[in-house]
Amino acid sequence: MLEHYLSLITKAIFVENILLAYFLGMCSFLAISNKVQTSIGLGMAVTFVLTITAPANWLIHNYFLKAGALTWLGLPNVDLSYLNFIVFIAVIAALVQLVEMIMDKFSPVLYHNLGIFLPLIAVNCSILGGSLFLVERDYNLMESTVFGFGSGLGWFLAIASMSAIRHRLRYSNVPPKLRGLGITMLLTGLLSMAFMAFSGIDL
Amino acid sequence: MAFLSKKSQTVLKDPLMNNNPITLQVLGICSALAVTVKVDTAVIMTLAVIFVLSMSNTLISLIRNFIPARVRIIIQLAVIASLVILCDQVLRAYMYDMSKQLSVFVGLIITNCIVMGRAEAFAMQNKPGQAFLDGVGNALGYGIILIAVSVFREILGSGTLYGFQVIPTAFYESGYVNNGLMVLSPGAFIILGLIIWIQRTVYDVEEK
Repeated sequence: MLEHYLSLITKAIFVENILLAYFLGMCSFLAISNKVQTSIGLGMAVTFVLTITAPANWLIHNYFLKAGALTWLGLPNVDLSYLNFIVFIAVIAALVQLVEMIMDKFSPVLYHNLGIFLPLIAVNCSILGGSLFLVERDYNLMESTVFGFGSGLGWFLAIASMSAIRHRLRYSNVPPKLRGLGITMLLTGLLSMAFMAFSGIDL
Repeated sequence: MAFLSKKSQTVLKDPLMNNNPITLQVLGICSALAVTVKVDTAVIMTLAVIFVLSMSNTLISLIRNFIPARVRIIIQLAVIASLVILCDQVLRAYMYDMSKQLSVFVGLIITNCIVMGRAEAFAMQNKPGQAFLDGVGNALGYGIILIAVSVFREILGSGTLYGFQVIPTAFYESGYVNNGLMVLSPGAFIILGLIIWIQRTVYDVEEK
């Protein structure tokens, strides 16, 4: 049983990295990755939020929205799955707000570090993407949590390494028109190629 | 174009090239790459984005005076999400195979930064007509890049274009092999990086 989860988490972090293989969360990745400190902060926030929203959206999908999910209310023929998108995004926005409030109350230091990034996360594609993937792949509750956590860690790893590379890049002579977005895309391509070396690993 | 005023023309044409949302405003890259393995998925994605972006811009612009500033993000998200649901249901009903191929990426139009970005930056301040044109223009600008990337990836990666064989089979017999990297994700990053480089050279844009 444990091997199954280990394999799932390695897959989510390395083999099917949510950023480098599925291109999710690119916008904030490109905007934030020029500073190491802030990248690490944002990476932590994304991991945290993905780990909570994945199981939360799983519960909502399976007990309210899926075809036949409302049987416990005596409505076995209702299929609300077309509401998935709007409900998921609302849950994500609400949870992000909640996390922000709780953190502010109980861990002001962490809140201070992540503070500015938390609201941004609500519209980060990797969060919504994570929730949509778990519906599409039919994960169970435990798998969804593990998958959410793994995807978050994968995103964290990608942005942390990219910010480190960009930090070193300041001393190199990049053609002027390639600076900024262009070179970052090319580097992401190389990074994603490096991560492809992990494909085929099965624990 | 004669029936459009000068200002409307700029609103429509600007985002196509010299203020392109992807390469110059750096918006909406997430979904731009995943659907570009084949040209047909890129075309459908472009059509979906044109619909969502023009409608969301129009609707948000229509209600812009009634939206309280504090809850505007959530209202914008609700409008956008409803339009995306509409789009997804239509795709599922009439083009089921295509909707399977696009998988989660139709849903991810909700968090596509172009849609939110244009709603916030343009539709909240402008009249519905202008907002509609801005939506169409930006979606087309997005589509141009999407289709450009997918043309390269499909020709180099599978030897086809829109499903038709374009690399002659004689090439394969004399030892030509498709570039498998183009089908995988690094191909998308590298092609887009090169397109950005070319476009920024042509339009003379430089980041500090």
